[in-house]
Amino acid sequence: MSAAAHSVVEPSTTSKRVAATLVIVYAVVSMIPLFWIFATSFKTPPDSIAYPPKVVFTPSIEGYCNLFTTRTRQTAEYINSLPPATSFCDETTRKRNMVIAGPSNFLPRFLNSIVIAFGSTFLAVFLGTLAAYGFSRFKVPLADDLLFFILSTRFMPPIAVAIPIYLMYREIGLSDTALGMILLYTAVNVSLAVWLLKGFIDEIPREYEEAAMIDGYTRLQAFWRVVLPQATTGIAATAIFCLIFAWNEYAFAALLTSGTAQTAPPFIPTIIGEGGQDWPAVAAGTTIFLVPILVFTILLRKQLLRGITFGAVRK
Amino acid sequence: MQDLPAGKPVVTDTHPSLLDRTMEAAARATPEPLANTVRGLSDRMVAWLFIAPTILLLLAINIFPLIWAIQLSFTNYRANRPNEVVKNIGLQNYERILTDTDTWIAMQTTAHFVFWTILLQTLIGFTLAYLIDRKFRGHAFWTTIILVPMMLSPAVVGNFWRFLYEPQIGLFTYIVSFFTGIATTDILMLSNVKLAPWSIIIVDTWMWTPYVMLICLAGLRSIPDYIYEAAEVDRASNWRQFWSITLPMALPFIMLAVLFRGIENFKMFDMVNLLTGGGPGSTTEVASITLKREAFEKWRTGFSSAFAIILFVAVFGLANIYVKVLNRVKSR
Repeated sequence: MSAAAHSVVEPSTTSKRVAATLVIVYAVVSMIPLFWIFATSFKTPPDSIAYPPKVVFTPSIEGYCNLFTTRTRQTAEYINSLPPATSFCDETTRKRNMVIAGPSNFLPRFLNSIVIAFGSTFLAVFLGTLAAYGFSRFKVPLADDLLFFILSTRFMPPIAVAIPIYLMYREIGLSDTALGMILLYTAVNVSLAVWLLKGFIDEIPREYEEAAMIDGYTRLQAFWRVVLPQATTGIAATAIFCLIFAWNEYAFAALLTSGTAQTAPPFIPTIIGEGGQDWPAVAAGTTIFLVPILVFTILLRKQLLRGITFGAVRK
Repeated sequence: MQDLPAGKPVVTDTHPSLLDRTMEAAARATPEPLANTVRGLSDRMVAWLFIAPTILLLLAINIFPLIWAIQLSFTNYRANRPNEVVKNIGLQNYERILTDTDTWIAMQTTAHFVFWTILLQTLIGFTLAYLIDRKFRGHAFWTTIILVPMMLSPAVVGNFWRFLYEPQIGLFTYIVSFFTGIATTDILMLSNVKLAPWSIIIVDTWMWTPYVMLICLAGLRSIPDYIYEAAEVDRASNWRQFWSITLPMALPFIMLAVLFRGIENFKMFDMVNLLTGGGPGSTTEVASITLKREAFEKWRTGFSSAFAIILFVAVFGLANIYVKVLNRVKSR
């Protein structure tokens, strides 16, 4: 049969070329905002607000300096009376008639993000693995209803959930605490973890455990020594999905944290300089915040489809 | 995965743990039927032991607060005045929400967003998936690139779009003005009443088209080649093949993507809150923004709880349909 006849199964060279061009154009255009975040993070504040927007510029780490510090305006006499600048950040700040007053809140907020994301991911994957095994291997009464209940909790509008959570946390002293946020994100993520991991565990043949149990293993031993090692890929993929959700989450964090437990997403939009938003600093914070996600996306690319469909579509 | 070596234990365990040894000793000391229970928990016990913690957590963090919210929705409680006497006002909150023009306007704004974002994302997403399915060289690489935006934080990236939308200095306004000739100072994406809703639709479409694309791609790939081969034998035109094979067979997947995006955008909050905050005026005030204003700015806790319950019911209905489609796709 000729290649041209098989239009769908074996596309012609021309159709491939057209498809490739269109897809590449879309991909490149959709990368522009991300490229712009990266570029802006290396601009000086005047370069960042230049008209027309500057594509070629001399890179500077002033945005990163501003991200990590707070600065105060000083008189020229005061600045001249200071000992010589010790770092690049010191020097650029003084050129703008300012001195570094201290560290900004970015680092603690970023650390909060790490603690809360990892803490909730660990808990969600731990609980999710157990529950997924339970649903996968045993006849649980009303299993379908329970699974639907678990998934439906993920669909609740965050603002609607936040109202009673806010009151409850205020009663029991979990307001603005990392523990409170960890518990909340665990509850949201555990639904994803159960559904995803149930899919992964369903794929491990039962015969493995049965053989182990015939050899004298108890159910728990078989789970620990036979099933878990087989499920590591699935567990790792699930963990990354949970991590990304907790890392990106904004609504709960914005409404339920204000200070000590605030994470990076509600903090980054509040970075301001003199006379408005300090866009290079915002871009620097955004870049640092996005890099881990980019790495994880590349690691996860084969499992993405599964993750976003709660394990239903496996390709 | 490898096959298990026959006749040998699956895992050789030379050092039984202390727990194992204690259990074994206890088992030997008890009569036979009970011994099995001690040695290993019964399957039913294990099942409940494994599932219960998840259910308990969800009851504590999701269901208990939900019940509390239902109870509050019948009162005039205000969270910023904890010492005030709380009055039970029956269904008044619900009555007011369902008859209030402002909430209906918010619901219409939400519906407007859901409609346009889904329409654009489905059209562009399906087209991209269809093109990627031509399997040109390097398609896997470009697919991964296209997927990046959907993994990012809508809040953090959405916030940066404010910069792209700035009149005069924003890159987006610059590009639009470059191609249309409209002065950059006249393109007020975030403060023009007509443009503000579109500023959000554009970011949402940029971010979530890859999601629809990925699911559509799975749908296209699930269609077996032999169906097309049979159509070729019958001399069906490409056009005909698309309408009678490709589209119907990919439809459950498209539905899955549409429903999920529908549910998510019905709850849309992050991007709107950061880009326009519901403004200018209340032109982009979607339901979640109204809810946030009522609950955390005006502190009308009872009223906003009632509103939250109404949203729950709506989302719950959609989620129910979603799971049905999910199960249908799963059997493919």
